[in-house]
Amino acid sequence: MIHVQCFAHLKEQTGQDTITIEQSSLSVADLLAELSARFSIETDSLMVAINEEYASPEDIVSEGDRVALIPPVSGG
Amino acid sequence: MYKITSQPIAIEEVTAKVVRPEAGAIVNFIGTVREFTKGKRTLSLQYEAYPEMAEKQLRKIGDEIKERWPDAVTAITHRTGKLAISDIAVVIAVSTPHRKDAYQANEYAIERIKQIVPIWKKEQWEDGEEWIGDQLQKTAYSDGKPGEVKPS
Repeated sequence: MIHVQCFAHLKEQTGQDTITIEQSSLSVADLLAELSARFSIETDSLMVAINEEYASPEDIVSEGDRVALIPPVSGG
Repeated sequence: MYKITSQPIAIEEVTAKVVRPEAGAIVNFIGTVREFTKGKRTLSLQYEAYPEMAEKQLRKIGDEIKERWPDAVTAITHRTGKLAISDIAVVIAVSTPHRKDAYQANEYAIERIKQIVPIWKKEQWEDGEEWIGDQLQKTAYSDGKPGEVKPS
């Protein structure tokens, strides 16, 4: 199982702080595809963070990683 | 040196972190909540952060500054939670031996914050509210990651 943290509007769109994926590992691209299908969210502008670092589409997310969805940021 | 906090930011506390004998200049940037943006009135802002990653990315900005301006020391504190007009959202302090580097490094820091630090703001207006993204018009991360800033 992989737990994915949500922030900002994603929390409201998915209705969840944390989404659970019933797999032990998958690519970032596959993760986004699955979330897009499950929640009908726009994933083109989303970044995925693995263990607090930005990940590339081909990177692998595994059980135990700290995973988060990062919408375009607006701090400052 | 790099902190996300839900408490009001004390400017002097952030500044004090970069005070040192080698410095001849300290530049502070203080980001505050603006009431009017393109004629639209903001009532308040709500900032949300992914704190662990935000602090890590702030530290990375400090490292990038060190590469470009080796004599610079940087401290950054960003606030989260509900902020009223004129409240302080972010304070950046940079000290260097000479002022030009401090000005440049400080501007670099705020530009990078707007690119890579996972903090989001929700604007509350008189007629509604909305999460804001893409302030730099770079929604499409074509290379898969937020872009690097080229030193000027």
